[in-house]
Amino acid sequence: MTTTAPESTARVSRRTRRKADASVLFDAPGPRARFRNNIVTGIAVLVFLALLYVVLRRFDDKGQFEGKLWKPFVKVETWTDYIIPGLGGTLKAAALAAVLALLFGVFFGLGRMSDHVWVRVPCAAVVEFFRAIPLLLLIFFIFQGPATIANGLGREAPHISEFTAVVGGLMLYNGSVLAEIFRSGIQSLPRGQSEAAYALGLRKSGVMRLILVPQAVTVMLPAIISQLVVLLKDSALGYIIAYDELLNEGLRALPGKYGNLIPAAIVIAVIYILMNLALGRLATYLEGRSRRSKKSAGARLAPDAPSTPGMGMDQGPAAN
Amino acid sequence: MNWDVLLDFSPFSKNWDAVLQSFWATIKLSLMTGILSLALGTLLVSMRVSPTPVLRAFGTFYVNTFRNTPLTLILLFASFGVGDTLGLNKVLNTYWLAVFGMSAYTAAFVCEALRSGINTVPLGQAEAARAIGLTFTQSLRMIILPQAFRSSVAPLGSVLIAMMKNTTVALVAGYVEMAAQMKQMFEEDGATLPIFLGFAVGFMVLTLPSGLLVSWLSKRLAVAR
Repeated sequence: MTTTAPESTARVSRRTRRKADASVLFDAPGPRARFRNNIVTGIAVLVFLALLYVVLRRFDDKGQFEGKLWKPFVKVETWTDYIIPGLGGTLKAAALAAVLALLFGVFFGLGRMSDHVWVRVPCAAVVEFFRAIPLLLLIFFIFQGPATIANGLGREAPHISEFTAVVGGLMLYNGSVLAEIFRSGIQSLPRGQSEAAYALGLRKSGVMRLILVPQAVTVMLPAIISQLVVLLKDSALGYIIAYDELLNEGLRALPGKYGNLIPAAIVIAVIYILMNLALGRLATYLEGRSRRSKKSAGARLAPDAPSTPGMGMDQGPAAN
Repeated sequence: MNWDVLLDFSPFSKNWDAVLQSFWATIKLSLMTGILSLALGTLLVSMRVSPTPVLRAFGTFYVNTFRNTPLTLILLFASFGVGDTLGLNKVLNTYWLAVFGMSAYTAAFVCEALRSGINTVPLGQAEAARAIGLTFTQSLRMIILPQAFRSSVAPLGSVLIAMMKNTTVALVAGYVEMAAQMKQMFEEDGATLPIFLGFAVGFMVLTLPSGLLVSWLSKRLAVAR
């Protein structure tokens, strides 16, 4: 019966919608609840406005909202001389570090699952070491260590630029986290997958390359992207060793010239938030796509499923 | 050849008091940030699941803002913006400015960890709570949050461990902890491998046992269903 078909889909969709609604912790509001809600809304709005007023007022008292402090941001030179070069520095470091970290992660993630103890143990040690220490210590050491050590050993001191130090630190730290993500992705696949592949006569390398890795990547894609968001955010640590990136240009050079620290901080923060939200959207989209497709046998892991204590911490897809 | 750069741990004995002090400073910052961010994160997650749209919107806005801003920027803002520009550094020392900056940042992650915990609480629990007449606040406080906390021990733990490592960034707010101490020793004695390894081990002493504790706790506290 054609007439009932739309009705039944409507009922189904209503039911699923109800179910989605019901995952929140309250019933659909009745008259009294609506009344109470309106009161709470009014109070909350008042409190937020009061807070906002106090903060803005205090900055305003210090003259941080004068028009002349915002004016630089409508000038072309501010963008071409400071913000865009800074953004370029951030993106350059983050992009290179992302590629290197992925390679590092694949190498050590697979190494950690090797059948040979003498491969497995060193790989595990490397991954655990770099995951356990703060990224900032790593960046400091990569920046200054090699020169000292080369001098001490009577060799010519290598030149380590700020760029190398930031990229190196990001690679080692995020690479180790990604190695764990890859490993948990492969281990989340049902055993039958590799057993069936072996039964087909594939070798170990074939099982990995043709069966396990493609499925694991599909499962872990959201988590991988979330980690890349962390990496992008952590590139701001370059500020501390004076690498020429967004924070350095926007929060050191720019206020140095115009004395507009608060406006500059707000603008820079918005740029970071927009970049990371865009990446987060991508992760959500990919997660939805991989949930819809039936290509992988792996369980769908939420992006923050593996415990990846990151510098920026692991995050869900909705927003970095 | 001077093998000191690879083997000499004497800078540590020379600066032993300062090193211990920086170690304690890191622990102090971590503890206070942990407490405050757990409290603020719980408040935020209550807002994010509340029946009032304005509160939900504020929670979402807060989480999106603070999770996507680099910690370096937040701490710089705490130091220069809140501290210098507003003149609050007369009232708050660098420790408290660092604590507030770190807590504001970490709370967003605590909120998300707790929200994932709330999602694991079966629907029937919330429905049963309403059926016996509990209000939203009561059901959240007595039924939902206790179970959510228990099932989100693992993600909360990794958030807090990451926070411990993040305390190194507090050096941009002028707070002297282990990273600042290492930097200073690098400048005085040269950036040698033993200094780096010493501080790395110092952090591993904090993070690795915490990791073990968290995985033990999360198994012990897991809600059997």
